[in-house]
Amino acid sequence: MSVTQNTVSAKDYSLAELMIVAGAEAFRNDGEVLATGIGMIPRLAASLAMKSFNPDLMMTDSEAFVLSEPNPVSGRSSHEGQKQETWMGFSRIFDNVWSGKRHAMVGPTQIDKYGQTNISALGGSYDQPKVQMLGARGFPGNSICHANSFFVPAHNTRVFMDGECDMVCSIGYNPERLPKGYTFDDVDIRLVITDLCVMDWNGPQNMLRVVSLHPGITLDQVLENTGFEIHAEEDLPTTPAPTEEQLDILRQLDPKDWRSKQLKDNPKGDRS
Amino acid sequence: MNKVQTAQEAVAQIKDGMTIGIGGWGPRRKPMALIRELLRSDVKDLTVVAYGGADVGMLCAAGKVKKVVFAFVSLDFIPLEPYFRQARQTGSIEVMEIDEGMMLLGLRAAAWNIPYIPTALGLGTDVIKHSPDLKVIDSPYDEKEWVAMPALKLDVSLVHVNRADSRGVCQITGPDHYMDDWFARAADISIVSCEELVDSDFFAQGDEARSVYWERSQTSTVVEIAGGAYPSSCSPAYGFDVAHFKEYNASAKAGGFATYADKYITDKTEEDFQQSVGGLDAIQKTPLPVY
Repeated sequence: MSVTQNTVSAKDYSLAELMIVAGAEAFRNDGEVLATGIGMIPRLAASLAMKSFNPDLMMTDSEAFVLSEPNPVSGRSSHEGQKQETWMGFSRIFDNVWSGKRHAMVGPTQIDKYGQTNISALGGSYDQPKVQMLGARGFPGNSICHANSFFVPAHNTRVFMDGECDMVCSIGYNPERLPKGYTFDDVDIRLVITDLCVMDWNGPQNMLRVVSLHPGITLDQVLENTGFEIHAEEDLPTTPAPTEEQLDILRQLDPKDWRSKQLKDNPKGDRS
Repeated sequence: MNKVQTAQEAVAQIKDGMTIGIGGWGPRRKPMALIRELLRSDVKDLTVVAYGGADVGMLCAAGKVKKVVFAFVSLDFIPLEPYFRQARQTGSIEVMEIDEGMMLLGLRAAAWNIPYIPTALGLGTDVIKHSPDLKVIDSPYDEKEWVAMPALKLDVSLVHVNRADSRGVCQITGPDHYMDDWFARAADISIVSCEELVDSDFFAQGDEARSVYWERSQTSTVVEIAGGAYPSSCSPAYGFDVAHFKEYNASAKAGGFATYADKYITDKTEEDFQQSVGGLDAIQKTPLPVY
């Protein structure tokens, strides 16, 4: 297969593959940082970026080592033979986090208009939440230390909620919460990849802004499913389809096609 | 010096109202046999500091806990710990919710005998709002504000390791020792259970001493319990038992913790427990997870 054929846009691809490819773009210009994708699609996004346009990225084996080559997400029965280059247990992860040389793509349960997120608890009161979830995990530290992108498998008004998150786990662009001596340049929220579109926080006053619409999706669909005002320019581009080369890499990274099980009913990438 | 005790003797050092730290991470290398012994005791009103899994859930479910200091409580493949969840949703415990890295800093501050460590972690978020113990301070060196992460001083820590000798030299051979060194250092009394009690000469061989992460003066008590991390993992010896955790998780929806505890813990010895899950051989054959 020639290079020219490989860089041709694929005709047949899934929504999961479109989101992986769109997510990989988040890591394109990162240089030499630890890329962490929490969940199958973000992990494949970071892996694809590392295997194609940003080989300087570092990833872990999700256990205790930094890898020179991302591990496949499926089809392995042990860690034997992985391309490990240094130890990276949990305590050392924090040395990396606090250095700022990391970019995480995470899946918050709630995201508000300030880019603040929640994975801790929903509803009720703080002392007695209606739904206890994970806890704040590493979100507070990650958000003040390094770049973060968000992955949202189902774009709706429960995730992109009106008002502030029930429990603010990560710092965003909220003027009332800006710490003394800080500016919004110290907060680095990058892309938001949803099942409808790609967004960033580069609207006026760090407003959430639509960057591209997935094939067959209208701006109205995005607006209806977002619980707060967002910025959108006219004539929005369409999120680029995966290339054949990218799909080849994904088949190597995920030989058992676990990516097809990540989104309900594994929708086609082009919904027009 | 001989620090070896039985689990019962070791756990008897824990008194009502103490602050205990528990090593491991989620479903990985938790000192579960020591937790089971604690569940059989009368101790109550504990403050628990942990990268939590079923250890925290079980102690909450058994009514042993006054307060949990946590960044998460999770079984990983079952994201939400069922009994921690119940405890929170019924409002039956106090909490101090912090970032994972803040917990590490708090343990380090305790280990280093300093009152706090300044950090940016937590700024702009609700972890500061909800924990009155977390102060934001000015710096003598710059114009920024900083979170003063207080020392998380522990009365007792509980950790599980692969090997130890009777003097408290502890070896962790899995790929990650998590924060167990800091739990050992942050506590007045560190109780360590081990898969295998070895002669001190063992550590003189080859590179064995390289996987000893704290000096023996930080170990107070050694308990030999092969399989003592089960149902959590103890890499490279065994993985976590998915089926057992699923049964534990399901008990929260049908019967409650008493159903699980009556079957596995209450009025049972650790040997009874191991027999009820297929014996030590079966525990040691639980496959390791691949991520």
